[in-house]
Amino acid sequence: MRQSNTYILIFTAAMTVVVGGLLSLASQALGPAQKKSIELDTKSAILASVMDLESMNLKGEQVLNLYDERIKSLVVDINGEVIETDEDGEPIVAENVNIAKNYKMDPDNRMFPVFRYMNESDTTKIDAYILPVYGAGLWNAIYGYVALDNQFEEIVGVSYGHVQETPGLGARIATDEIQSRYEGKKIFDDSGELVSVTMVKGEGNAGLDEHHVDGMSGATLTGRGVNDMLENYFSYYESYMKKTAGGSSAATASLQ
Amino acid sequence: MSTETLENENQQVIEAPKEEFLSKRRKRLITDPLNEDNPITVQVLGICSALAITVQMEPTLIMSIAVVFVIVFANLIISLMRNLIPNRVRIIVQLAVIATLVTLVSEVLKAYSYEMYKILGAFVGLIITNCIVMGRLEAFAMGNKPYDSLLDGLGSGFGYAWIILVVAFFRELFGSGSVFGFKVFEAVGLNNFATNGLMVDSIGAFMVLGILIWVQRSKTGYVEH
Repeated sequence: MRQSNTYILIFTAAMTVVVGGLLSLASQALGPAQKKSIELDTKSAILASVMDLESMNLKGEQVLNLYDERIKSLVVDINGEVIETDEDGEPIVAENVNIAKNYKMDPDNRMFPVFRYMNESDTTKIDAYILPVYGAGLWNAIYGYVALDNQFEEIVGVSYGHVQETPGLGARIATDEIQSRYEGKKIFDDSGELVSVTMVKGEGNAGLDEHHVDGMSGATLTGRGVNDMLENYFSYYESYMKKTAGGSSAATASLQ
Repeated sequence: MSTETLENENQQVIEAPKEEFLSKRRKRLITDPLNEDNPITVQVLGICSALAITVQMEPTLIMSIAVVFVIVFANLIISLMRNLIPNRVRIIVQLAVIATLVTLVSEVLKAYSYEMYKILGAFVGLIITNCIVMGRLEAFAMGNKPYDSLLDGLGSGFGYAWIILVVAFFRELFGSGSVFGFKVFEAVGLNNFATNGLMVDSIGAFMVLGILIWVQRSKTGYVEH
């Protein structure tokens, strides 16, 4: 009886229903909590590029409140024009723009979120612009946020993440040690040409100028990935930067 | 003579259900996999995850809890169903049970510990292919009662857990100079302690595991045949 084909068919069918039901139930029940976790993760990463969240010791809800207070976001296209609705007329939320998905599209069709870090006392003033970046490391994707000052001249801070760079080598891009090297570096040269910031090969290089940062020993290829990522995204945002830095930053902020 | 042995046998059959809650045999179900029959160091199973996730203590601890959970419940469920499972599809049934439990663990992590989910994501999924889990189901739970299977799962789970925790302890200590993220060497005043890059690489896990197996075998006298 236990070995008959009918029994096996009924058994496996019943098992499929039970297991499938169980999993979809779990997925439904945990969905909201998962969504919140992802939201918190994104917003923490955005804030981490302008402040040291870890030492501030904030809990989940506080991070979200802080984010709502200090960040005003918008989405621009490759020409630096603000886009507010997608093809279907639905409003676009910058936080929901999937950078990884956009990365696969032609830059002309992509959406580029801009997160504006507002001044603490005067909330119409912009302290920094935070731009998402995305690219390929040695083994898999690397991503992060770069914060630029309100004239798009200097890097205020960066926060990088990676999927699976080599621990102890390329994975160091996620550490403060590497990220702090970018602070104060300039992305435009004196004539206003975009030059980006490049990580050099090898570690312990002395006398680097304002467009170069010290490299990571043993992780030259990850460093190259970071360089390409920064260069690409600075060029995508260039028109927006030129447009915005020219006008009054306070005026653009009050538009929102 | 022959009637006597028959009576003895009969007595044993009657006595069997009255086995102590934690009899000597049942204790051995838990203690054997901890040392003499350890899934990692003696059976050499589950090496892949032992290498991959032991760079730091915290993810290792989460992984240990996940594996113990999966192995205990998979053992229990399969043992409860063992008389219903058709023999020809038993491996598929086992796999489905493991996969369901692993997916549940992964979903819970994603909801309540997203940091850990990001670190362990792929490896939690790989518990499905962890040979320890399936090995216990096939070798033990298919032929034993639920309670015994539960104990066996606990034993194997903890046997796996303590080994990877020891490996992670040494790897994090010498590779990152910390334990559970706490900077040990800085705390005792050694500010420029040179960390060993080999330890954060999988090679470090091989070395620690090798030394661990060596120490254990020199004590238990276990020899592979």
